[in-house]
Amino acid sequence: MTPEPRTGGTRGTGGTGTGRPRSTAGPVLTATDVAVEYRRPALRAVDGVSLTIAPGEVVALVGESGCGKSSLARAVVGIEKRAGGSVLLGGTEVPVLGLRRRSTEMTGVQMVFQDPNSSLNPRRPVGEQIGDGVRAAVARGDEPSDPAEWLSRVGLDPAMVGRYPHEFSGGQKQRIAIARALAARPRLLVADEPISALDASTQTSVAALMRTLSVEAGAGMLFISHDLSVVRRIADRTLVMYRGRIVESGHTETIWQNPVHPYTRALLAAIPVPDGSGRLPLAPAEADRVDWTAALPAALERTPA
Amino acid sequence: MSRPTLDRASSKAAASDPALDLPGRWRRPRLRLGRWSAPLGIAGALVALLWIVIAILAPVIQPHDPLAQDLPILQAPGQGTFLGTDALGRDVFSRLLSGARVTIPLALLLVVMSVLIGAILGAVAGFFGRWVDELIMRVTDLVMAFPTVILAMVIAAALGASLLNAVLAALIVSWPSYARLTRGLVLGLRTSNYVVSGQLLGFSPLRSLWRDIAPNIVGPILVLASLDIGTAILLLSGLSFLGLGAKPPTPEWGSMVSDAVQNFDSWWLGVFPGLAILTIVVAFNFVGDALRDALDPKSRTLRGGGPTL
Repeated sequence: MTPEPRTGGTRGTGGTGTGRPRSTAGPVLTATDVAVEYRRPALRAVDGVSLTIAPGEVVALVGESGCGKSSLARAVVGIEKRAGGSVLLGGTEVPVLGLRRRSTEMTGVQMVFQDPNSSLNPRRPVGEQIGDGVRAAVARGDEPSDPAEWLSRVGLDPAMVGRYPHEFSGGQKQRIAIARALAARPRLLVADEPISALDASTQTSVAALMRTLSVEAGAGMLFISHDLSVVRRIADRTLVMYRGRIVESGHTETIWQNPVHPYTRALLAAIPVPDGSGRLPLAPAEADRVDWTAALPAALERTPA
Repeated sequence: MSRPTLDRASSKAAASDPALDLPGRWRRPRLRLGRWSAPLGIAGALVALLWIVIAILAPVIQPHDPLAQDLPILQAPGQGTFLGTDALGRDVFSRLLSGARVTIPLALLLVVMSVLIGAILGAVAGFFGRWVDELIMRVTDLVMAFPTVILAMVIAAALGASLLNAVLAALIVSWPSYARLTRGLVLGLRTSNYVVSGQLLGFSPLRSLWRDIAPNIVGPILVLASLDIGTAILLLSGLSFLGLGAKPPTPEWGSMVSDAVQNFDSWWLGVFPGLAILTIVVAFNFVGDALRDALDPKSRTLRGGGPTL
């Protein structure tokens, strides 16, 4: 998988598309004031987050462990109960996943999980599981596609459709999980740290693959990661999350060139630089954390100057 | 000077002492067996199969009518009949063979029924949760609060002594263990990523249970079931022994042992049905143990040395 070459600020919304009609031209995802609360321990993990994702757009969500990234992703998909706010998929509220069957329309939201080992059914051949995705797409009125073709699209041998998950490596399993999610032709793909369980050599290629395929399909993608270098490669827009809130958001390159919020600065300073000089990344001092919770509205929705 | 003597002495000890011999001579051939590394399971399967064949062929192979009382009473084995005769002049060997016809199908029926009832109720409880779960689990608690055999005795006595009532009583006391096992397994899997992925793809609860959950929990349930066949035979024989199961003329192993108690000097009356119960229970337990090893998906590829799927 060759990573997509960066083209500066020209890429963004739209995408190449597949010629399939999209029902709306507006954003695929509109989340407003989403809140997630846990009872034990009492914690407001996500504290009123709003975001929109356009078709074909890749939005990255970054932040330290425990800042609420995964809770937000699960709330968006409907796996986690929302304590407040609304999540709309192209205008329709995304219901919380319960005992009832998901409506055909809502199979337009798909998710890729962090742990590739638990995201595939160990007792069913991978081709059959990708076939579930194809079936969901067909139910929504898409043309049927071949699971084997999806395998080759994620860089695996199409002859392996009959194999079982335990015959694949972690990186390969993640590619299969991505193939299954994309085979459903989602309008929105939520990826919750899809690369953090993979080794360094496969991380970049899997991330680039996800971008290529979702942009190609015209799907919006919410990509959660704490790997900032990968985020810089693949995301159109970046949201920086700290303690359940978005502290800085906007065009990825703008944030990278000129971070405004002190937390973003601290995050960027913590990236190891492989320049050979042996400099260690800067761990943020505990004392700095006080500044990060201060609201800085000027840091939101930043666009290239 | 002393060293070679010591060596010889220790090697001699190693060759003669079975305890020291274990790691060197005993374990290695077991590993070399490869995919046949479950000799006990195979022996158990053979014995169980033999008993099933006997049960099927009993009317053909029995030398005498198991109910006819036309032989000399309390005849020792070898004196005219193979395994002797009982106090009423019936052929013990023939009764033993046709006893397999009574016990084995009922034990299998009992296990199949309790697996079905227990697994379905447990899966429903685990998957749907809330009050459904509470209700079903409190009922299992209620049943499991009593000692199995005593509760089965009480129920069998209340229903009246007959083999079918004994099976019914055994069923009432044996389904809750399957319900609990299944509920726990379903509960563990229902929030797993692949079940959630299936739900996101529009799986109905039934499809989730059937495609994503059932194949992944069937192994432990099957293992418990195969281990339970032995227990079921013991329970049914036990109820018959107490006079709560098979009615007198029926050649049932448990009631045969019960009859033997009244004629304690005639050892062959109790020993042979007892051995029949022992062999079949042990055989099914070995099969269950082998199944447990075989159904572990990770050990399967390691053992088979290649893709066995």
